[in-house]
Amino acid sequence: MKADVEKESLLTIEGMRVEFPSRRGHVVAVERLDLTVEPGEILGIVGESGAGKSTIGNAVIGLLEPPGEMTEGTILLKGDRIDHLDDAAQRKIRGARIGMIFQDPLTSLDPLQTIERQLVDTIQRHLNLGEAEARSRAVDLLDQVGIPDPAVRIAQYPHQFSGGMRQRVVIALALCADPEMVIADEPTTALDVSVQAQILDLMKALCRDRQVGMILITHDMGVISETADRVAVMYRGRVVETGTTQQIMSKPNHDYTKSLISAVPRPDKRLKRFPLVTYIEDAEERPEGLNLATHWLGKVREEHKLTGNLVELKDAHMRFITRHSLFPSRRLFLDAVKDVSFAIQPGEVFGLVGESGSGKSTIARMITGIYKPSGGTITFDGTDMTALESRAAAAPFRRQMQMIFQDPFSSLNPRMRVEDIIEEPIHFHKMAYDRQEATQIMHDLLDVVGLGSQAARKFPHEFSGGQRQRISIARALATRPRFLICDEPTSALDVSIQAQVLNLLKDLQSELNLTMLFISHDLPVIRQVCDRVGVMRHGKLLEVAPTETLFTDPQHDYTKHLLKLMPKFRGFRMPELET
Amino acid sequence: MADVTAQNTQKSWLARAADSDLWYSFCRSPVTIVSAILTVLFFVSAIFANWIAPHNPFDLASISIMDASLPPAWMEGSDPRFWLGTDDQGRDIFSTIIFGARISLFVGFASVIFSMILGISLGLISGYVGGRLDAFIMRVADIQLSFPAILIALLIDGVARGVLPRAMHQDLVFYVLIFAIGISGWVQYARTVRGSTLVEKNKEYVQAARVIGIGPLIILWRHILPNVMGPVLVIATIHLAIAVITEATLSFLGVGVPPTTPSLGTLIRIGNDFLFSGEWWITIFPGIALVLLVLAINLLGDWLRDALNPKLR
Repeated sequence: MKADVEKESLLTIEGMRVEFPSRRGHVVAVERLDLTVEPGEILGIVGESGAGKSTIGNAVIGLLEPPGEMTEGTILLKGDRIDHLDDAAQRKIRGARIGMIFQDPLTSLDPLQTIERQLVDTIQRHLNLGEAEARSRAVDLLDQVGIPDPAVRIAQYPHQFSGGMRQRVVIALALCADPEMVIADEPTTALDVSVQAQILDLMKALCRDRQVGMILITHDMGVISETADRVAVMYRGRVVETGTTQQIMSKPNHDYTKSLISAVPRPDKRLKRFPLVTYIEDAEERPEGLNLATHWLGKVREEHKLTGNLVELKDAHMRFITRHSLFPSRRLFLDAVKDVSFAIQPGEVFGLVGESGSGKSTIARMITGIYKPSGGTITFDGTDMTALESRAAAAPFRRQMQMIFQDPFSSLNPRMRVEDIIEEPIHFHKMAYDRQEATQIMHDLLDVVGLGSQAARKFPHEFSGGQRQRISIARALATRPRFLICDEPTSALDVSIQAQVLNLLKDLQSELNLTMLFISHDLPVIRQVCDRVGVMRHGKLLEVAPTETLFTDPQHDYTKHLLKLMPKFRGFRMPELET
Repeated sequence: MADVTAQNTQKSWLARAADSDLWYSFCRSPVTIVSAILTVLFFVSAIFANWIAPHNPFDLASISIMDASLPPAWMEGSDPRFWLGTDDQGRDIFSTIIFGARISLFVGFASVIFSMILGISLGLISGYVGGRLDAFIMRVADIQLSFPAILIALLIDGVARGVLPRAMHQDLVFYVLIFAIGISGWVQYARTVRGSTLVEKNKEYVQAARVIGIGPLIILWRHILPNVMGPVLVIATIHLAIAVITEATLSFLGVGVPPTTPSLGTLIRIGNDFLFSGEWWITIFPGIALVLLVLAINLLGDWLRDALNPKLR
């Protein structure tokens, strides 16, 4: 993409290649990259973790983390080469000509200085203004980014602003010196959905009004489809496709773009499975030959036919002491779960949805016995779990309920081999007659989750996030549970990996006839997975309804509010893959 | 990447060790290599002292008062049999250093292991159980930290001398010394292990083990302990140097090992009496040996700390 002689682009990147030398050879983060950004245009760069998106932004402003280095290509800003400048020249461009907006508004402002100090310092560094002029400019900027009472609030410290307001301040900082170009690296990822929409609107308006070109780096297709004019899709360090947002979202050419878009959970309609996502790493399909109906994994032991509910909570209450004291009157408590009652029927996938801190995970931990409830009863298969005193008495029930955790990086013991991780519950519950049988079960489990038995001898750090989550699932299945609790099982994963893991969970659920409690903050994911949903807020269960009813006819105001904030992403769908 | 990891698992543990980041950083640090060589030399000579030392200073039949106070081999009036000279009883300095280092290292190692077992157990319990037991253990640790380690060691040694009959104390002197030095060092292990345990016990792999139904002792032993050992090894290395120094100090003060089985500290004390009568070699050479030993171990410990902490790399 050569820059035209008559019409020069704002930013032109040609043939960029960024390498990170390491002792095991050079890692190429970005290669053969050509991009242009016009004034007033928002170019979205989308891709999954490790695709090299952030590296591009850092290379443009000359802040590549050592030992990273741009080894080929040129970067032109209005015709001036800005790559390979010395530090002093880089600093003149950074802030003055190119502004930067980072992901986390909590850490990108100095907590010990007032907003005024940070803004005025930045303005004075780049523009030749006196203290008073700089201050009035700062107030102006705060006004423009939509902070009410800017003259008053400018004297405050960052902790006095909410997350969204802080991100506005960061945007004001980036605009201090009237830059020609702004790079926004995941600017809304750390924000709530409602705030996200406002910030994106603000950025769009600013770009249009000030004719600033913007590179918007994100992993979120929804953000891209609502904000960007043009999109570049990145995969493993290369741009696989560029085009207008309209074209990419409705008629993507590259297979990767198709996979990526189809992996986004649909908020508007439930699909039986996610469309086949083929163009993705580690997409090992499960062996077809395994018939679970006759396989040992399908055989459930010591189980009588259930007539009632499998799991039932009655007025379950969880109170944590936040301040200890000898005197009961001086103790402080936090009620994480307040008198919650619900029941899960056999074979059902029950969803719990709510913001962070609403008590969803606490409920999961109460059911599994990690926390002892401070009130109410939890019944499993007709037995009151809260009345069981000893660990030995609870053991047979523990075997029947297992849990899959959120963070695939901390849920596996880093010092144990995969085989030991999966065999541990088998040995503990004496599910095998001898070591040989345990090993056989472990190999089968690895096959079932699509990893293959060669994974057994490895350590967890040799796997990617999605693969680790598969190991986690294998461990949970090792005791042949009837009830599986999934606590945000995919929120730490990329969207395509999420689609695979959700597909796997759905398959296993229907093949093994598992009962599941599925906890998530992500409404589209809930819609794809759950049969019934409970909505939680501040430790209270507000509403329980079948999924379709909840999405079409919400009763509680808070549910309506949550549904309104749900991203309205309506991307490209591949009808031929929908089943 | 996937291919690389696949190959790694096929290799033997030796090949993987040679490929590890730890070995890589070791090879890039000449100071560390020199200290490692020194440390290994000390250990080998301590273990095989009976074969390496030219004389046996404990063999009363082989020493002669005629050889007393001979200077090192390069000075006038020396005897070529005694490379570093002899002490006031005619013992070969070089051999006594080797045997002395053996006793110093033995006492040091034993007390480090004693400290480690005590400190790690208390730290694990303190961090995992929490509540009042945690508060109690940590307050005891705080109280102990307000005394200098050497004072505690002196105190215990003194009490043991007072309580035990003289003959019995002679037999038990090593154990008393190991206990005295070991008990003064457990706090650091306990605090470090407690801190790491607090972090590890909230990680999801521990919760997964609890969901399976595994009891606290097995969780501590199989899941938490292996994950808190990194910093413990660093402390243990540096603690070994401190223990050797403490032993030398106690022996120098005359409350450590008896002069009949001299450690490095005892040797320095014996030589100290002759320093001003011109026989400097009796105290200087054991002193240099002690400095080299402690310095080498300390440098190794420093390297280990940096190499195991990715943030400093």
